[in-house]
Amino acid sequence: MYPFEYVRPASVEEAIGLRRADAGAQWLAGGMTLLPSMKLRLAAPSQLIDLTDVEGLDEWSIGDEHIVLGSMSSHRRVAEADEVRTRIQALSTVAAGIGDPQVRNRGTLGGSIANNDPAADYPAALLGLGATIRTSQREISADEFFKDFFETVLEDDELVVAVSFPVPRRAAYLKFRTPGSRYALVGVMVAETRDGVRVAVTGAGPGVYRATQLETALAEDFRPEALVGLDMSPDGLNADMHGSPEYRAHLTGVLARRATAQAIACEN
Amino acid sequence: MIPLQLKVNGEPVAAEIEPATLLVELLRDQLGLTGTHVGCDTSQCGCCVVHVDGVALKSCTLLAISAQGSDVVTIEGLATGATLHPMQKAFHECHALQCGYCTPGMIMSAVALLERNPDPNEAEVREGLEGNLCRCTGYHNIVRAVLAAAAEMRGG
Repeated sequence: MYPFEYVRPASVEEAIGLRRADAGAQWLAGGMTLLPSMKLRLAAPSQLIDLTDVEGLDEWSIGDEHIVLGSMSSHRRVAEADEVRTRIQALSTVAAGIGDPQVRNRGTLGGSIANNDPAADYPAALLGLGATIRTSQREISADEFFKDFFETVLEDDELVVAVSFPVPRRAAYLKFRTPGSRYALVGVMVAETRDGVRVAVTGAGPGVYRATQLETALAEDFRPEALVGLDMSPDGLNADMHGSPEYRAHLTGVLARRATAQAIACEN
Repeated sequence: MIPLQLKVNGEPVAAEIEPATLLVELLRDQLGLTGTHVGCDTSQCGCCVVHVDGVALKSCTLLAISAQGSDVVTIEGLATGATLHPMQKAFHECHALQCGYCTPGMIMSAVALLERNPDPNEAEVREGLEGNLCRCTGYHNIVRAVLAAAAEMRGG
């Protein structure tokens, strides 16, 4: 790692002030991506603003229609919370499947979505469930939030404070893991929300996206059978040592059918 | 340099560190606690697992400064004098190690696993040790050791 300064603010305002004063600074949440990136010298921030002590970022508000989870919530906390599982089982599944136990002990919701790794799980959860991201400045829908490869609409001095998830009628998340990294080769969130059916896909393309073709079919008939014969296009999907675009396109269809069946089987 | 104060294996420790110092570097290089190993150095292999305030973490991917004020337990802190922790004893008795490189992290993860789930089945043990890689044993005897330690710690 290159040397850096380290600060530990106590409030959102203080954290933003520090960020504005140093264009090379970065937020440090769980550090499960940032620290390895710094060790590889892929990132070299001049300053790390550790968010551990920032007041309010671990607060939750649980309602029947929405659950709001603070950005510093660890994956383990989300995975193990009864109040999450009983309302959005699929969200528990997402959190419980990230990385490994030690990574889940440390990694955070806000860190994951701000990083927007094209194979991360949480972006699919937020996009599939139609979540809203609350930042220090505004509220952003998941549809707008995730832009492209490791890119979001967040400004440099904008901090993710919490995420509000609407409780769906039924939803399920399935991923086909790359065994080495435990990232999704392809992951699919299928949700029947109050505003319609949503299908979000991670791992397959350069960033998380909605599979509108599958959404349309499921909106008419929410059964796995409705997706049979819908061939996903491999155009624009990722090609790497783990799988071809054609393979990822095929997996997307398979996982969407299985997730639909699972959503039906364990309705919330 | 930043002043750091924490507890390591029950003893208060004060150190001056650079912000970029990793917890594993503090433990091994400054405190001489070389039982915590560095394997992959990329948070995949789990050789470096220690407990920070009772939570199992990969110390190669944690800034030492993040452990400010914390209670850190390493493999050296498990035994009581000459009496091995039940998990260490079970690893010994079940032949759960060959080269031994992954063993400290494996044991620290296994102890944390049993704190959360004192009576795991085999699948839960394998899932709980997913963040720890072993290139020698094929895992079978490791799983056996964890189950044996669990039984002993439950008083069975």
